Parts: sequence; structure tokens; C-alpha cells
Amino acid sequence: MPLFSAHVQVSLRSSVLDPAGEATRAAAARLGVDGIKTLRIGKSIHVELEAPDRATAQAQIELLSDRLLANPVIEDWSLELAETHGGQQA
Amino acid sequence: MTVGIVVFPGSNCDRDVRWALEGCLHLSTRFLWHEERDLGGIDAVVLPGGFSYGDYLRCGAIARFAPVLEAVRDFAHGGGPVLGICNGFQVLTEMGLLPGALTRNQKLHFLCEPAPLEVRPGTCQWLKSYGEGEAINLPIAHGEGRYQCDADELQQLEGEGRVVLRYGQNPNGSVGDVAGLTNQAGNVLGLMPHPERACDPATGGTDGLRLLASVLA
Repeated sequence: MPLFSAHVQVSLRSSVLDPAGEATRAAAARLGVDGIKTLRIGKSIHVELEAPDRATAQAQIELLSDRLLANPVIEDWSLELAETHGGQQA
Repeated sequence: MTVGIVVFPGSNCDRDVRWALEGCLHLSTRFLWHEERDLGGIDAVVLPGGFSYGDYLRCGAIARFAPVLEAVRDFAHGGGPVLGICNGFQVLTEMGLLPGALTRNQKLHFLCEPAPLEVRPGTCQWLKSYGEGEAINLPIAHGEGRYQCDADELQQLEGEGRVVLRYGQNPNGSVGDVAGLTNQAGNVLGLMPHPERACDPATGGTDGLRLLASVLA
């Protein structure tokens, strides 16, 4: 069965305060990196999945992202999906 | 009267809740391991505080899929009283029994302190022995207790009288000073403060006793 590789990026919705991001932004200024206007912290999740075809893989990862990896009340997610062969990115 | 106390890997207030219910209120309790599905003989359920499944992914996100919570969901939909304390509140929002979400405290610090609260019991079964607008004090102990929902939803919750506990001095940045919420039927209560830690004068007050005792009446 084909193997698919997905990267799901989860981030806090822009309307939700990200205090950890704000603290990191303050630390960046102390490091001497100036000019940062926005710094938001999210999660990157790598999933490898066997599925009969790309459409099925897409649907499964979308379900996973929407119902488990992200909480749509506070988070947005985006998805990059690729078919892999022998562990290599296609 | 038997109160079921759900125990997840990582729960750490389950024994405190048992102590309060058995030691202070002389109720019988039963621990409900996260893999159990049988709530037979249980009259009320408490989801205690702690770090279920290590808070992996998000607080309450993994717990939501525990077998015991399928039974708790049915129990709540049937009108059974369900109380979620701290991590239990986070679990209730993740499983959709209560709206919104709990996020990182605004100032990032883990907060462990007494919290003055205003009670607006409305139809909430767990708060029926408190007066409208009564001021009480319960301890809080959380890093992710900032209640979050959008402005329309908050307005609706306020309009329906479901914001039943409010911080006197908002410690964590929660919208609307929300410290506790009930569902439409009033049988489910989620709150960040810990009533089980305020059941004996020796541990800092007794304002939590009536909340836990309400399941008796």
C-alpha cells in the first residue's frame, strides 16, 4: 500500500493571545535581534500513513488534524501531504 | 450515594477529592480507571485535577478519547451530575460537554494561590446551596487556566446565565473573568479552582464543602 508523509502545522488562532510567543519575542530583543513584529509559537507534527490512495490519505489526515491535533476553538492548522517511496520523499 | 472519581494516568487530585468526599462529607466513592466503561451504581462523577496523559498535545486532548469518558458523556447527557475540576474542566471543554478552551495563563506563571470568586448559581445543580452573587474563596493551582472563547459565544453564555463562577481579581487573563461554567441543563460544572482543597479549616477554608455536598441533596 502506498505510504504518505504529512506535515501538520498547528498554530494558535491570530485572535488568541500567545503569551509564550510574547515572552520569546522579548527574549529575542535582549539577544539583540531587533525589529521582530510578530513571533507566534506553534507545533509541527510529522505523520507517516499507509493509505490506498492520496484522497484517502488526505481525508484521514484532515480528520486527525481537525479532531485531535488541533482544537479549532483556539487553533488553526495547515497540512502538507506527499507520497513517499522507501522512506524517501517523492 | 456513590461518587465516581475518574483516574487518568497523570491525575493527581483524585485522592484529594476522595478525602474531601469521604473524610469530610462521609460519602462513598469509587475510583473509575480510564479504561472502565461501567458507571453502574454511580450517582455523580468527578473529573479531578492533574495532568492527564502528561498534558501531551493539549491539556485534556488525549483524555477525551479515554473509554471511561464515553460512559461519562452518556451519563451527562442523561442528566447525571458531572464535575470537572481544573484538568477536569479542560477535559470537559475538549470533549465538548462545555464550550471554549483553557489556554496558557496570560503571564505564563503557574498560579497557586487563593482566588476570591463570585457565584452566580443560576440553574447549576452543583451550586444550588450558594446565594446569588455570594463571594467565596477557593484555591487555584494551574498553568493553563485562561478561559478562551469568541465574543459572541461569551455573550451567549452570559445571557444564558452559564458563567456561574467569576474571578474577583482575574489572575490568568480569562475572557469575562470566567472561572467556572455550567452546561445548559445545569448538571455539568467545570471550574479551574479546587473546591476539594477548601473542605476543612486546616487546609484553608471550607467554601468548597457545599459545592461537593450539593450532590447529596
